[in-house]
Amino acid sequence: MSDSRRNFLLKSFSASSAAWLAANWPAEVAAAEKAQAMGAFTYFTREQAGEVDAMAAQIYPTTDTPGAREAQVIYFIDTALVTFAQDKQDIYAKGLAELSSHTGGRPLATLSADQQVQVLTAMEKTPFFKTVRDHTIMGMFASPQHGGNYKKVGWTQIGYDDSLNFRAPFGAYDKAEGTW
Amino acid sequence: MKKFKPSEEVDFVIIGSGAAGGVMAKQLAVAGFSVVVMEQGAWGAYGHEQDYNKDELINRFPSEEDKLISDPKTQRNTFRRNASEKAVAGSHSYGCVVGGGTITYGASSWRHLPYEFNEASKFGTMKGTGIADWPVSYEEIEPYYTQAEWEIGISGPNLKTPLIAPMSKPYPCRPLPLKSSGALIQKAAAKLNLVVTPNVAAIITEPYNGRSGCINCGACSGYGCQVKARSSSAVSLLPIAVATGNCEIRVHSYVREITVDASGKATGVTYFDKANNNQEVFQKAKCVVLSANGTETPRLLLLSKSNRFQQGLANSSGLVGKYLMSGNGGGASGLFTDPLNEYKGAVTGAAVLSYVPNDVKNRGFYGGGRMTARGQMSPMQYGLAGPHGAPSWGAGYKKALIEQANRRLTMVNFISQLPVETNTVDLDPEVKDAWGLPAMRITSTSHENDFKAMRFFIDKSAEILKAAGATEVWSDEVNDSKGGAHARGTARMGNDPKSSVVNKYHRAHDVPNLFVVDGSSFVTGGRNHPTMTISALAYRCADHLVKAAKSGNVTI
Repeated sequence: MSDSRRNFLLKSFSASSAAWLAANWPAEVAAAEKAQAMGAFTYFTREQAGEVDAMAAQIYPTTDTPGAREAQVIYFIDTALVTFAQDKQDIYAKGLAELSSHTGGRPLATLSADQQVQVLTAMEKTPFFKTVRDHTIMGMFASPQHGGNYKKVGWTQIGYDDSLNFRAPFGAYDKAEGTW
Repeated sequence: MKKFKPSEEVDFVIIGSGAAGGVMAKQLAVAGFSVVVMEQGAWGAYGHEQDYNKDELINRFPSEEDKLISDPKTQRNTFRRNASEKAVAGSHSYGCVVGGGTITYGASSWRHLPYEFNEASKFGTMKGTGIADWPVSYEEIEPYYTQAEWEIGISGPNLKTPLIAPMSKPYPCRPLPLKSSGALIQKAAAKLNLVVTPNVAAIITEPYNGRSGCINCGACSGYGCQVKARSSSAVSLLPIAVATGNCEIRVHSYVREITVDASGKATGVTYFDKANNNQEVFQKAKCVVLSANGTETPRLLLLSKSNRFQQGLANSSGLVGKYLMSGNGGGASGLFTDPLNEYKGAVTGAAVLSYVPNDVKNRGFYGGGRMTARGQMSPMQYGLAGPHGAPSWGAGYKKALIEQANRRLTMVNFISQLPVETNTVDLDPEVKDAWGLPAMRITSTSHENDFKAMRFFIDKSAEILKAAGATEVWSDEVNDSKGGAHARGTARMGNDPKSSVVNKYHRAHDVPNLFVVDGSSFVTGGRNHPTMTISALAYRCADHLVKAAKSGNVTI
């Protein structure tokens, strides 16, 4: 893993979430480093990635369970903007400028969590915010092959099993009931 | 696969390869006629169904070759509520691949009940509607329902109740397994005295006709089936047609006109050949079968103007495109304590049949509906739609999303929509599709009766969910349809050429060798589960057409 990658990763996590991550997800962090070592961002500059990553981390925060950061949503969005969401590049370009005007040019991640929420709440009706919101959620719950939902953390949270091959009983109530 | 030269006059050109086109192709090819099926979409995974994509993101943003449904950016359409409004960009789409809508549909396969063919004489008509009897009776169609169910492969319960149409033969496959939606609705039914059954579905549940049974993958409605358990026309019918050596399926062929000669007979079709720079090609045919769905069928008739047919082909009645019924819905959702895991298995978990019959006196509206219980949402869809009663992002969103995951049950209703003459498909005067042809324009406002029906079913849905033990229930708003997947009525059948477009055998009154076979032929809408009736009508039409063509005259 390149130093810049590692630094990006560490810097973009707030101190508490990095500590949480280090304590709880060492294997994931190791694997993430390995994956990240294999490539740079395709679309974003490092600064842009930092901003979008900070937004994603507020949209789907790390709580007692992993959030957008642990799911590596930023890589999903980076890939999205050169694949299925190419038509959204302008929205990001304009939106990032707008975000910067809201933060006085400071990186979003350097604000306190409350301030970040405040900034994003002020922007939540904008096409940019809505797009990042949707992309963050897609990055949480699309197949891991698209860069996010790392190790299926999103699917695990919502109890989705991607086996695509099931036998009844499926849920609690049919299990109790049996058959038709 | 047999290939025909466009200059070669084939017996039949069939426009569309879905529920109706598939039946027509199979029946006509097996009877020995030469057939070319025109499909504007791609092959999909025809013949290698294991390659149907199950990735939700790719399914949402497919490449050109992966597309299974039409794209409103290409197959452009516009919508307005009434003729005094200017239509705005619409979002109507339909199955657009070999197999048409049957590749991705939820596969509900209910027969119409006998009285759904003669509601006018049985219940009377209503002001502001075109409610009329069909020129065919249930008894005439019954054998074709049976044939369709057995050839296509339908699973369902074998119950004798006046809420299910009488059947001369049971369904070939046992019903889909009980899901939590079904178990919960059964619980409510016991309290509310309702009749609940497994859904009748074009999904085989055990090995049948060389195909394997459903594996309950759950990536069902909206996806192609990898194990060929969904009985699409592309696995149940078209391969048989192709195997005869009499049938060619021609993909990426977008028909822009049905051509006629000076005597007013159809001579073939002109289409854009996508593989060849969208060059125009003329395919000559003795007879044309139009099965392009309830919206594209009338549009193509209206596009096929000629000196002889100045207001569109087969339109001397002026009724082509009118009486559009596109399906009303609405329902309610509830949360339950334990996981339902509705994402597994087929989309529809159970059907409530008690309100299918008409009961104007007690309910205050005409028509009825079939209620279905489901909760299937794929992960991205669930996340994007978001949890109920929670913020749309942030910690509150995440918390509710995780708490509500897999615990939601939704009643989705399939409700009659009355035929209203001013609800139409026609040609937009300004907007063009990606081929430069006038875009489809949909104009629709449901009859006031239908708003009462929607209100009734929304309230009933909430009542059922509460009786099933939901901890929280919320209802949909009454939402009038804007054109959708179940379009019907736009080339209605009838005995009188002044008040209908096709006769009881689907022959256009005005064009002796043009047959219109799909949802367009419907006179009244049923309960918005049209596919089985489309298939049965196609079998009936094909039966007649084969006899007529064998006698050397399709125009009988």
